[in-house]
Amino acid sequence: MPEDQKKEAPNFPGQVHHTPGGGILVSSIDDVISWARSNSLWPLVFGTSCCAIEMMSTAAPKYDWSRFGFEVARATPRQADVIIIAGTIVNKMAPVLKRLYDQMADPKYVIAMGACATSGGPFFYNTYSVVKGADHVIPVDVYIAGCPPRPEALLHALITLQEKIRQGGKREQIKIDASKLEK
Amino acid sequence: MTNEELKQSLTENFSGAQFEEGGEWICMAVEAAQFRETAGRLRSFSSLDFDYLFCLTCIDWKTHLTMVYHFTSTKYRHMLVVKVKLDRNVPSIDTVCDIWRTAEFHEREVYDLFGVKFNNHPDLRRLFMTDEWNGWPLRKDYEDPVNMIKL
Repeated sequence: MPEDQKKEAPNFPGQVHHTPGGGILVSSIDDVISWARSNSLWPLVFGTSCCAIEMMSTAAPKYDWSRFGFEVARATPRQADVIIIAGTIVNKMAPVLKRLYDQMADPKYVIAMGACATSGGPFFYNTYSVVKGADHVIPVDVYIAGCPPRPEALLHALITLQEKIRQGGKREQIKIDASKLEK
Repeated sequence: MTNEELKQSLTENFSGAQFEEGGEWICMAVEAAQFRETAGRLRSFSSLDFDYLFCLTCIDWKTHLTMVYHFTSTKYRHMLVVKVKLDRNVPSIDTVCDIWRTAEFHEREVYDLFGVKFNNHPDLRRLFMTDEWNGWPLRKDYEDPVNMIKL
C-alpha cells in the first residue's frame, strides 16, 4: 500500500483500497471491536491512598487523560471497563477489591499503579496488614513502577493497555508478545 | 496562656507534676493512678479549660508502654501533652471518654493495636482488626508468621 493511503487511517486496524468514486475498507470484526474498546475505556473511581492523588491529577486538566479516551470515571463497577488500583491494598480491602472486580462487566482490565499495588512496596516487610501485590487478589494487565508514579507514567500505562487490547489481550490471555506492540 | 504561664499554673494546681523539657509544648508526666483525677481537673478548671483532646496514642518502649494525650483549649489556644507510663505486662488506665467523648474511639484503637485496657470504657472491643484476632499488632515484639515477612 502506498504511503499516502496509509496515512488516511493511521490507527484503524485495516486497509483502505481506493476505487474510483470512493474506497473499500478491509478489516476483521475482532480487530475493529478491539480498536473500539481500546479507545473508550471508562475507569472505575477507585483509590486507596496517595497514588489516587496522582490519578486525580492525571484526570484533571493539566494531564487530561480524556485526550486518550479515558473520559468518564464511573462510580459504579457496573459501568466501568478498567480498574486502576491506585494505592495500598490491605487485607481488609482485598475482598472489597475482589467484589468490585467481579461486579465489573466483561471485558474488563486492571492496572496496578505504583509499588504498593505491584508488590506491597514500602510495606513488603514487617507488616501484618498489607497484601503483597494486588495480583494476589485479581489478575493485573499493566503494572506501573513508582511511589507514587508520575501522571506521565500513568498515561503511559493507559496507552500501553490500549495497545495491548488492540493486540487482542484479554483476561484469559494477559501476557502478549511484546514485539507485537506498537512502538 | 503562654507556655511559661501554663507551666506555672500547672505546678500550682497539680502537686508533684513532673515536666519534660525540650518540646514545643508543655509536657507533663502523670502516674496512672492519678491520671483520671488530673484529666478531670484539666477540663474543669476554668483557667485551663482543656476542652479538646486532639490526639490520643500509645508508644511501645519495649520495657514499658507510654500513653500520650494531647490537649488544647479552644478558648485559650494553649496546648498540653500528658504522658502516662504503663506496665507492659498488664497495661491498664482509666478511660477519659466521659470527659472527652472523642476518646471513646481513640481508646478502642489503642486497645486494638497495643492491648491497653481502659477501665470503665463503655465499648472496649476491636476496632480495625477482626474480633477473633490474637495479639497486639503495633507492639514491637508482635509476630505474625502468616502475613508478615520479617527483615
